[in-house]
Amino acid sequence: MGALLSFFVVIVLVLIALVGVKGAGLYVLFGTIIPYAAVATFILGVILRVIKWSRSPVPFHIPTTCGQEKSLPWIKYNKLESPAGTLGVIGRMALEVLLFRSLFRNLKTELREGPKLVYGSNKWLWLAGLAFHWSFLIVLIRHLRFFTHPVPEFVNIIDSLDGFLQIGSPHLLMTGVVLLLAVTYLFLRRVFIPQVRYISLPADYLPLFLIIGIATSGILMRYFYKVDIIKVKELTLGLATFSPEVPAGIGAVFYVHLFLISSLFAYFPFSKLMHMGGVFLSPTRNLANNSRMKRHVNPWNYPVKVHTYEEYEEEFREKMKNAGIPVEKE
Amino acid sequence: MAKPTKPPKPEELVKIDYNPPEKPWMEVPVEFKPGTFCYGTRPKYLEEVGLPNPREWSPTDDDWKLPSDWKDIVLDGIGERLKKYRSFQLFMDICVRCGACADKCHFFIGSGDPKNMPVLRAELMRSVYRKYFSTGGKLFGNLAGARELTFDVFKEWWYYFYQCTECRRCSVFCPYGIDTAEITMMARELFNLLGCNTDWIAGPVANCYRKGNHLGLEPHTITSNIEFMLDDIEEITGIKIEPTFNRKGAEILFVTPSGDLFGDPGTYTCMGYLMLFHELGLDYTWSTYASEGGNFGFFTSMEMAKRLNYKIYAEAKRLGVKWILGGECGHMWRVVHQYMDTWNGPADFLEEPVSPITGTKFENAKTTKMVHIAEFTADLIKHGKLKLDPSRNDHLKVTYHDSCNTSRGMGILEEPRYILKNVCNHFHEMPEDTIREKTFCCGSGTGLNAGENMELRMRGGFPRANAVKHVRDSHGVNMLANICAIDRATLSALMQYWVPDVEVCGVHELLGNALVMTGEKERETDLRLEPLPGKEEDEDV
Amino acid sequence: MELKDLLREKRSLILKKWFDLILETYPSETSSFLKKHKNQFSNPVGHTISEGIEGLFEGLLEESGTDKISPFLDNIIRVRAIQEFTPSEAIGFIFLLKKVIREALQREIREHQLHDELLSFDSRIDDLVRTSFDIYMKCREQIYEIRANEVKKMTFRLLQRANLVKEIQD
Repeated sequence: MGALLSFFVVIVLVLIALVGVKGAGLYVLFGTIIPYAAVATFILGVILRVIKWSRSPVPFHIPTTCGQEKSLPWIKYNKLESPAGTLGVIGRMALEVLLFRSLFRNLKTELREGPKLVYGSNKWLWLAGLAFHWSFLIVLIRHLRFFTHPVPEFVNIIDSLDGFLQIGSPHLLMTGVVLLLAVTYLFLRRVFIPQVRYISLPADYLPLFLIIGIATSGILMRYFYKVDIIKVKELTLGLATFSPEVPAGIGAVFYVHLFLISSLFAYFPFSKLMHMGGVFLSPTRNLANNSRMKRHVNPWNYPVKVHTYEEYEEEFREKMKNAGIPVEKE
Repeated sequence: MAKPTKPPKPEELVKIDYNPPEKPWMEVPVEFKPGTFCYGTRPKYLEEVGLPNPREWSPTDDDWKLPSDWKDIVLDGIGERLKKYRSFQLFMDICVRCGACADKCHFFIGSGDPKNMPVLRAELMRSVYRKYFSTGGKLFGNLAGARELTFDVFKEWWYYFYQCTECRRCSVFCPYGIDTAEITMMARELFNLLGCNTDWIAGPVANCYRKGNHLGLEPHTITSNIEFMLDDIEEITGIKIEPTFNRKGAEILFVTPSGDLFGDPGTYTCMGYLMLFHELGLDYTWSTYASEGGNFGFFTSMEMAKRLNYKIYAEAKRLGVKWILGGECGHMWRVVHQYMDTWNGPADFLEEPVSPITGTKFENAKTTKMVHIAEFTADLIKHGKLKLDPSRNDHLKVTYHDSCNTSRGMGILEEPRYILKNVCNHFHEMPEDTIREKTFCCGSGTGLNAGENMELRMRGGFPRANAVKHVRDSHGVNMLANICAIDRATLSALMQYWVPDVEVCGVHELLGNALVMTGEKERETDLRLEPLPGKEEDEDV
Repeated sequence: MELKDLLREKRSLILKKWFDLILETYPSETSSFLKKHKNQFSNPVGHTISEGIEGLFEGLLEESGTDKISPFLDNIIRVRAIQEFTPSEAIGFIFLLKKVIREALQREIREHQLHDELLSFDSRIDDLVRTSFDIYMKCREQIYEIRANEVKKMTFRLLQRANLVKEIQD
């Protein structure tokens, strides 16, 4: 149900773009106003969300320790899984953010028990997750060529590495294909693994369909419909330099692509996609395991009602004296 | 009916409805099944500590006697906690429902109830969060995964948040470190705003507040309990030990969970401590006021936990000790390691802990000033300060269970193993995925160790028991060592059901067995008064 | 052709179907987990069931005595006794084997006129059910025994201290 709903939402978005551009000729709206609005929503939304998160303090020092603590000097402690200092925390976060360390944890057993496809669902999750996020990042970087002039050297290098297979013309870029495959896997997994289907919400399918739509329209545009790349760059560079102009004659598929991206950007801050920012703030990961070494202060710590020793002795004085336990007041 | 000559049709033979109708989880109402939940708290316990809404009630009642504005209380409670805890706010927002945690929970593995998947347990709360605290949920309701807070939802929360032991195993596997324990803690705080604690948690809390320990042992009971152990020690070793209580000017205050003072096999561990401290000639004291290391307040609310924890520093200050030594306990160490200093510190009236025997500075405890006994003892052994005869444990084949809290909320993994390897000759690890940071819970933590929910406990503990069974079958293991008082009590029950020939002990019980004490007589029995290996034949004499 | 030979021949098919049917007694989200993960430690329930029914099937074929078969029965029933099953559901999984065998061997049984043999095999399955009942009851009794023991453990020291009980000296 959730999947179907999300699918229709994306189809409607595609139709809106097609009708808007082809039918109503709203080129300025779809080429300039909506992208600007989407990016503004994105930036503002993300900032507001992160501010909201950071407004909530971290009252207690609660890292999840996944290895030996730093204790006695002759006991080897685990610097990455149970870091005692900032450097270790940076290492732990880097492993988490760049390589999805915790997801990878699933892998170990599966390999030892014999790498059979059916047991390895978690391994695939890690692999697909990694492939998806990394190729997405590279695709994003590649797109910098549309927003810069001259194009920075590293973008060119990434571009040529990405197309090293040199298949077809223009060269087939690997990451686009990987992105589409990985995101398709992530979708199929949601549909076919009953446990995951059971926990999935429409909000879990929507971003997947949006990204599938974006990748598909991008690939169509590059390899099949071949929109006028010079004109596209005129438009995008105009956006980047705040002197927007909308050249005539760019194919409708480009506007579909742009509109879906705008939708994703605008949707981002309100959705679970914010996990991107959240992972950095997660107190079970970004704190060092040094709470007995360094005092952690709770900003809203407040005095509480306690049962004092005096009250205790008052109640039990006779019993204490009889048992030979020293008391304050005889 | 089928005729006797003809085999009946298969369909007639099996009349079980295999397939429960597949409904979205929000439409499956909660059903309180016997053996899976604890009794509701009696009013006297809440009155003792001044918690709201004390009354007679039972979770199976149709009417929980909640105040008429209970919904507002819960929603305001959520709002307040979102602002106070980044963990809570963040974990409500960032879950992508990837499912990596789904099969990591011992309750899910053992029960098969989908609402025991950590992600779904959290969604029980998230769905309500979305409805009242997020734009999407307010606008799109059910489509955005949001739902109203109703009494049925509240009951569902109660049922499932008292089926989580805050063990943090899910958090190890979550790519964002989402810790269901944080969400369970918040849920339990909300229950306590309405007087809906369990009897098994609220009772110890009230006891601990007034009498200093969960069991409600009064001062003279504590000393006489320990005297009992001293008699046993004298019988075993010929040595008379005379510990002190509430003594001002001692160097060290010793705090251990009260479970060690009362009830086997915790008492054997306690005998181990007593023998060790005596042999070292340690200048230490017990306290009857701060006679509880554990903290059932931690399963009630942060505030209650802080109120109970207060006694430890207060007593250390009153007695003028230099530092604090803590016994073997699980959640006690989560609290001491990650919360105590923040709640009730700074402990600037204490000194940085130094072992008086080896001179080792415990730099890892330099602000909290409380040292774990396994750290303390491992250091002694490393420096050769203890004379040990591991052959006295030769009748035991030992494996070690990491407690959830000490492994995932502290990281003390090697010290207990080091001690075990020095005090016994037969030590075997359980399979890798069931120990250390991936350890399986005993299934009875966070105050779920009551009697009335025994089926739940047996389910939750099954993954742990299953691993023990494996080493019993492959290595003949017959002793399950650990450093947690709740484990000592609950694993005993778990073993009785699943792996009957395996017993449970604390690490310091085995140390007590192996410790060669100055002036001791030749030992005939271990601390359980059972004959030592090679001494069995004397039994009949 | 004897029934036993047929059963041996189709052993893995029968076991798989039996296993699947048993797992269908769990909610569907759960049964897929129980089916998929073969790891003994991450999926102890699924592992116990699959190992247990293998042992049972073997025992039925070999016509082993109760003492040989009951450990396998015990393993499975011990799990189901503490899960959310009624007593009849907890041990009803054994009847499923009859259904599986009939479905798998329908044609062969008719062709080779094996009805009598099937009946006697059925009665051995019925024997299993009788034993299961004993085991199930034992498990349930144990649960209550453990509950009682926990209370006893708590109070024993108290009684001891109050000099209300004293162990008999050797």
